[in-house]
Amino acid sequence: MAATQKTVDTVKELERYKHGFTTQVEQEFSPVGLDEGTVRFISAKKGEPEWMLEWRLAAFQRWLAMDEPTWAKVDYVPADYQALHYYAAPKTREGPKSLDEVDPEILETYKKLGIPLREQEVLAGVQGAPKYAVDAVFDSVSVVTTFREELAKAGVIFCSFSEAVREHPELVRKYLGSVVPVSDNYFAALNSAVFSDGSFVYVPPGVRCPMELSTYFRINAENTGQFERTLIIADKGAYVSYLEGCTAPMRDENQLHAAVVELIALDDAEIKYSTVQNWYPGDPETGKGGIYNFVTKRADCRGDRSKVSWTQVETGSAVTWKYPSCLLKGEGSVGEFYSIAITNGRQQADTGTKMVHLGANTRSRIISKGVSAGRSSNTYRGLVSAHPKATGARNFTQCDSLLIGKSCAAHTVPYVEARNGSAQFEHEATTTRLSEDQLFYARQRGLSAEEATALLVNGFVREVLQELPMEFAVEAQKLVAISLEGSVG
Amino acid sequence: MLSISNLSVSVGDKPILKGLSLDVPSGEVHAVMGPNGAGKSTLGYTLAGRPGYEVTGGTAAMLGEDLLALEPEERAARGLFLSFQYPLEIPGVPALTFLRTALNAQRRARGEAEATAPEFLKLVRAKAAELRIDMEMLKRPLNVGFSGGEKKRMEVLQMAVLAPRLLILDETDSGLDIDALKIVADGVNALRSPDRAMVVITHYQRLLDYIRPDRVHVLAGGRIAASGGPELALELEAGGYDRYGAAA
Repeated sequence: MAATQKTVDTVKELERYKHGFTTQVEQEFSPVGLDEGTVRFISAKKGEPEWMLEWRLAAFQRWLAMDEPTWAKVDYVPADYQALHYYAAPKTREGPKSLDEVDPEILETYKKLGIPLREQEVLAGVQGAPKYAVDAVFDSVSVVTTFREELAKAGVIFCSFSEAVREHPELVRKYLGSVVPVSDNYFAALNSAVFSDGSFVYVPPGVRCPMELSTYFRINAENTGQFERTLIIADKGAYVSYLEGCTAPMRDENQLHAAVVELIALDDAEIKYSTVQNWYPGDPETGKGGIYNFVTKRADCRGDRSKVSWTQVETGSAVTWKYPSCLLKGEGSVGEFYSIAITNGRQQADTGTKMVHLGANTRSRIISKGVSAGRSSNTYRGLVSAHPKATGARNFTQCDSLLIGKSCAAHTVPYVEARNGSAQFEHEATTTRLSEDQLFYARQRGLSAEEATALLVNGFVREVLQELPMEFAVEAQKLVAISLEGSVG
Repeated sequence: MLSISNLSVSVGDKPILKGLSLDVPSGEVHAVMGPNGAGKSTLGYTLAGRPGYEVTGGTAAMLGEDLLALEPEERAARGLFLSFQYPLEIPGVPALTFLRTALNAQRRARGEAEATAPEFLKLVRAKAAELRIDMEMLKRPLNVGFSGGEKKRMEVLQMAVLAPRLLILDETDSGLDIDALKIVADGVNALRSPDRAMVVITHYQRLLDYIRPDRVHVLAGGRIAASGGPELALELEAGGYDRYGAAA
């Protein structure tokens, strides 16, 4: 209840994109352009072992032979891959060890964004508020990771990807690329060649991670792509809940964000992965600028009775191409996908999921809520498949689209393949226009047109918002309202 | 409180109200009766500012202020409340959330302090008890899956919490059985006060046995065709609307 009120207040207070500022900080770049030298430059900057460099170079060779995909329902000018920086890092002494060594400008940036980097700030918060640990990635590098000691006591490893390569090579070598192979797709291959940082999580057998983990991605530098890599492993019987947030400055040129996220759940393990994506969406009138969000996210439910739950709130980016998926290999494993995708202005989103049922008695559930406003285009694209061994596989899919105004578009593209006669797949889809009658009813009770729209849309997406960790649900609710600003009238 | 003069309204290109005049002083309850299609609901919607109801002539003022120049939410904040004949379902928005958002939006618009969560809950609890509404029901999405009677009780609850000055009840008795009707009427009667006015729109006399009007008006042919005391309602019950001519 309080959250909705906040939503309404926020609509009034905020300008269209509040994270659009730039941080002035001295940075070190890789030379513009991409060739084998760039890959070697990045690997050397990170002080990587030979095996890691070889892996990157192999990926780069694969990428050279691939074409950018064109099947998604999005229309954009492809990035000029030779005009980008592939590495941008704040100049500091080698790997800051404590917050005091981090550039104050960067600390200020996270403060403005409301991300607690000082552990006592989290602790000093509202009494009873749950703690959560943060890995802060600024352009190409992780600047700080909090609560590491406390997590280490539980045996949980939470660190930047670069550090994992140095400190836990056996885990990285075992799992990296095992869910998303380097040649999986154009953007995954590119990421594999030039990824610069990201987060690494390992939860040992039987451990329930004692707090929420989160990574906050910030693109700051101009003409720079962000290529992060996240790898999360929940060993047998482990549980972890992880959240990522993203913002970027307002810039006139498009910026490229091509991430790869791999999740691995062993027997009886559970991973809950939530995303609140608020990259700069570009100018709402001209469509100029904004982030190209080309992301590959996949979970491997390798173990029996393992479970992975994806929840995403996608409100930003100029173009979104993203399909968080689950490979349901383990017997009785469960995959879930809860999605809110909101497009406004000139945004284009083509997003959905793949639930690939490989093992017996696997179950999956897809709840997708798409909201289109302005002159935007919003596509749900999903695949549900049952392979011959997936006896007793079950899926339930519900895709709801809400249209606001007359110039936007919503599309639903479901693919269903059952190669096992016992599979039970259900699919429900609805498309509705924001009801003038409901709007008038709410306005008759005193809500402005914008407040009424925010309230109705929050109602429409509520089922998915409830899947988010409590404190982020409030943020997401506000974001829903903000991203719809200017859609009424 | 409410002063309507020579009001003409079209929906689409069709004229519905044709020079309607009506005065409702503070402290009074006026019934507007009429045959189906006479424009009774149009009157309520026009006063509340529903888009698509085009005023082609005349004026409507509340406490001297031109209503027709205001947005629907501005009319609400000034104390105009329309109880809908068919209350809308609001999926995913709990009734409590809806009600608190509305109350605080109105308070902000009037420059008043917003109700805190405890204040709000105390207020709602008291009013809900009077209307025999279970607080659990208020945690469910507003009107979704509610029976006709429950929806009407929710309208009266909103009325009681928002405490408007001018209440327009559009066919509040439709869909109610006799027990529900009594509860709703008690709720409405509890709101009668010297600084409030009510317009009770109804097709049947039945509701007026429970909400006693000070004046009764017959709406036919797009204007007020006759006015009188409570006895007029009884005459209509006996004689029907035929003598006032066909509906618009």
